Amino acid sequence: MHIEAKNLSKKFGDFEASKDISFGIEQGKLIGLLGPSGSGKTTVLRMLAGLEQPDSGEIYFHGQLVNNKTPQERGIGFVFQNYALFRHMTVFDNIAFGLTVQKKKKAEIQERVSSLIELTGLKGLDHRLPHQLSGGQRQRVAFARALAPEPQLLLLDEPFAANDAKVRKELRTWLKEMIRRVGITSIFVTHDQEEAVEVADEIIIMDHGRVEQQGSPMDIYKSPKTSFVAGFIGESSVLEHFSGLKGFADTIPQAKAIIRPEWIEIGKDKELISHNSATEVGIVRDIVFRGANWLVEVELENYRLSAYRSFEKETLQPGEEVHILIHRAYQYNDNDASVIENSLKDDPMPVHI
Amino acid sequence: MAIVQASTGGQRSAHLTDTAWVRWVLISVALLFLTLILVLPLITVFSEALKKGFEVYVAAISEPDALSAIKLTLLAAGITVPLNLLFGLAAAWSITKFNFKGKNVLITLIDLPFAISPIIAGLIFVLLFGAHGIFGPWLAEHDIKIIFALPGIVLATIFVTFPFVARELIPIMQAQGIQEEEAAASMGASGWTIFWRVTLPNIKWGLLYGIILCNARAMGEFGAVSVVSGHIRGQTNTMPLHVEILYNEYQFAASFAVASLLVILALVTLVVKSIVEWKHNLDQTKQTEV
Repeated sequence: MHIEAKNLSKKFGDFEASKDISFGIEQGKLIGLLGPSGSGKTTVLRMLAGLEQPDSGEIYFHGQLVNNKTPQERGIGFVFQNYALFRHMTVFDNIAFGLTVQKKKKAEIQERVSSLIELTGLKGLDHRLPHQLSGGQRQRVAFARALAPEPQLLLLDEPFAANDAKVRKELRTWLKEMIRRVGITSIFVTHDQEEAVEVADEIIIMDHGRVEQQGSPMDIYKSPKTSFVAGFIGESSVLEHFSGLKGFADTIPQAKAIIRPEWIEIGKDKELISHNSATEVGIVRDIVFRGANWLVEVELENYRLSAYRSFEKETLQPGEEVHILIHRAYQYNDNDASVIENSLKDDPMPVHI
Repeated sequence: MAIVQASTGGQRSAHLTDTAWVRWVLISVALLFLTLILVLPLITVFSEALKKGFEVYVAAISEPDALSAIKLTLLAAGITVPLNLLFGLAAAWSITKFNFKGKNVLITLIDLPFAISPIIAGLIFVLLFGAHGIFGPWLAEHDIKIIFALPGIVLATIFVTFPFVARELIPIMQAQGIQEEEAAASMGASGWTIFWRVTLPNIKWGLLYGIILCNARAMGEFGAVSVVSGHIRGQTNTMPLHVEILYNEYQFAASFAVASLLVILALVTLVVKSIVEWKHNLDQTKQTEV
């Protein structure tokens, strides 16, 4: 295990930013630390970097306790949310900073900085000052600067937050590729689940200072361990009770349910005929153009659900009556959680009503 | 529409502008006031100083007592400014970059010299270090002179000019935050390196501005220094004190001559201050662009 955190806790006054946080990260992995704002992600990052001292708990790098090591001794590259570039230094000097601190030879610095400038696509901008760069370029400089001293761990705090949507997407792909190429263990903080799912090898989901779940994006999506994770990853409708739905019976007391749009099929009269006994009837309340498909809101007797509908199928109209097939739901209460399938879907002898 | 006009034309739109006569009255009042309070006295200083001819002027500022006063003023400022520079930096640094108990008390205390009358400031030191003061007997025993000597003058000046550098730096450093320093630390830079290569370049204009203000006040301070100096001619008289003494002895030309020197020093300071401000603003606009 490259990075290990054991039972980290940290308070700021009365505010508990981290509560008993533990996780392990393998060498070379790209980790997304995901959670809503105020969930304590940045605090974890800062504790790993040594910029914040945990009140209790241990941090190990390669099995070695680093709690008492200063940020200078930890060998970490940190990319700050607003980049924190040295505003009075040129791009070159910014990237060279860590190397000059290490008292490297001039020729060596020149070579390393040039190769990083090349790698990050900043060629020709060597002599610019940070204020003369665009957001995306600053991000690249911050990245190159953090990498220059060859750290063992790269930490990125909301690395895409300060950019507009288009630049964000570009940078995301770029960063993922860069980190792959350099092969450095990296952790990035984000509140954007799409970003985390797309970029990370593994996601650590945090809420209220706790780790809710750690796993690959697919794992987390498929089998969320807590209701928070289920609701946070992907889109979903939350139902306060769901035993009235056809094909579903709660197996745990006071169960609520989360149903994702991709678990629901909606169709006009004859489209869902094969599962007739498992379908519900509802009214289309709203349809939203989503770029790749329609997001349809349907109202059932007691519920309101969201579902996707392909462009290939006939377009629905608000007010129209539709059939709804719910493939599965995620049931949870305060103690338990599990995914349940629609039991009527595979009914061998469908009954026509 | 009005907003567009205001921002593009540089002219304020009609509903924001007063009528012409209001404008002229306001401008004339301001100008009149400025002339009466600032320009007229300045001209008087120079005209009075040169009233009895240029030779008298030169003689007045080159007689031994005047020279000694000039020397003492420059010396006191020369000691005070670097010390307050160090203190101001340390205070601003600790207040903006660290969290500790009693921080707000420290911020309030820094402003104390602005709130207290300079006479009180001088008196504090007399009560502490004077012959009948708390440390008086001990100092006398060890033959250390503070009151009525250079150390007293320097102490009083330090007290009075104490807030300038810190007050100038705190808002700048607060606005800049500590992320650049943290970035430098994570790249392995020691505290010393961080200070010289990251912090100092970022605050240099504010620092210079604080030094200039501190220096101007240090050279011109009268009240506090007057209490502790003892007015010994040729020994503990600073320029402002010398001006007063000459005036009280009806040597008006000489008094104004020394005063004119102080005015010239002040004007030079103002010019340097404007240059620094201008340079700083230039830097600032460059940094906030994009």
